[in-house]
Amino acid sequence: MAAKKESDTTVERKSDRELVVTRSFNGPARLVFEAWTKTELFKRWWVPKSFGLTLLSCEKDVRVGGKYRLVFSHPSAPEPMAFFGKYLEVVPNARLVWTNDEGGEGGTVTTVTFEERGARTLVVYHDLYPSKEALDEAIASGSTSGFGESFGQLDELLVTFGAERS
Amino acid sequence: MVQYGQTRFDASFAALSDATRRGVLEQLGRSDASITQLAEKFHMTLTGMKKHVGVLEQAGLVTTEKVGRVRTCKLGLGRLEQEAAWIEAYRRLWAARFDELDNVIEELKRKEKADGRKKRK
Repeated sequence: MAAKKESDTTVERKSDRELVVTRSFNGPARLVFEAWTKTELFKRWWVPKSFGLTLLSCEKDVRVGGKYRLVFSHPSAPEPMAFFGKYLEVVPNARLVWTNDEGGEGGTVTTVTFEERGARTLVVYHDLYPSKEALDEAIASGSTSGFGESFGQLDELLVTFGAERS
Repeated sequence: MVQYGQTRFDASFAALSDATRRGVLEQLGRSDASITQLAEKFHMTLTGMKKHVGVLEQAGLVTTEKVGRVRTCKLGLGRLEQEAAWIEAYRRLWAARFDELDNVIEELKRKEKADGRKKRK
């Protein structure tokens, strides 16, 4: 097994309802935060070209109570898909919390923290699903059907599975 | 932690507790087979074999697909393996995304440096 680099992306199911992604970046927290919150920068990295997805529009009003809305299209999806919600917490250069409301109220809540460690910044992306069943379902639909009917927070990933299969 | 795995383990162990079902898994490890072929191989009735395959399917160890009148069985990923595969694919998605973010951050750093030099002049 190759030695694990500090910059490696890790994913862990921390509990029945929690999924956590971590990655360390070579730069100060304020730059990582800027790349995350400024629309024109965010658009450049959120959808890597290899996904086959197109980000049609992206609006972010990054302040407490502010809303965001992302619209994607994919060749295998009949309609564009919209993802939206609002910011519950905004601590500049340190922390963002937002809701994922495309599946209705009471959806997944996402928390991202930016933790400066010397010249590097550790990013922890934490999804709290409303129930164990919701996370189970996201996993099951992602690995079996490839393109679920329910439009949950992970749909862009499901589209990726679909693209890989075709 | 990880209570969610318990019932899945139970289903898998129950499925594996039977010698015929273990034999079926071994057989399917060599090649896919129809229920009829499996029934003949294990000298069973179609109904009996259907039952066994049903238990294996419930446990996620076998998947079946019906084409015309023939139901073909093949090894399926267990639910735990399925979850592991999903998490690895999810990780790849984030790795690709974060690689792009790396590039954006590098660019911001370069720009900041260049701006800093300009200001000092």
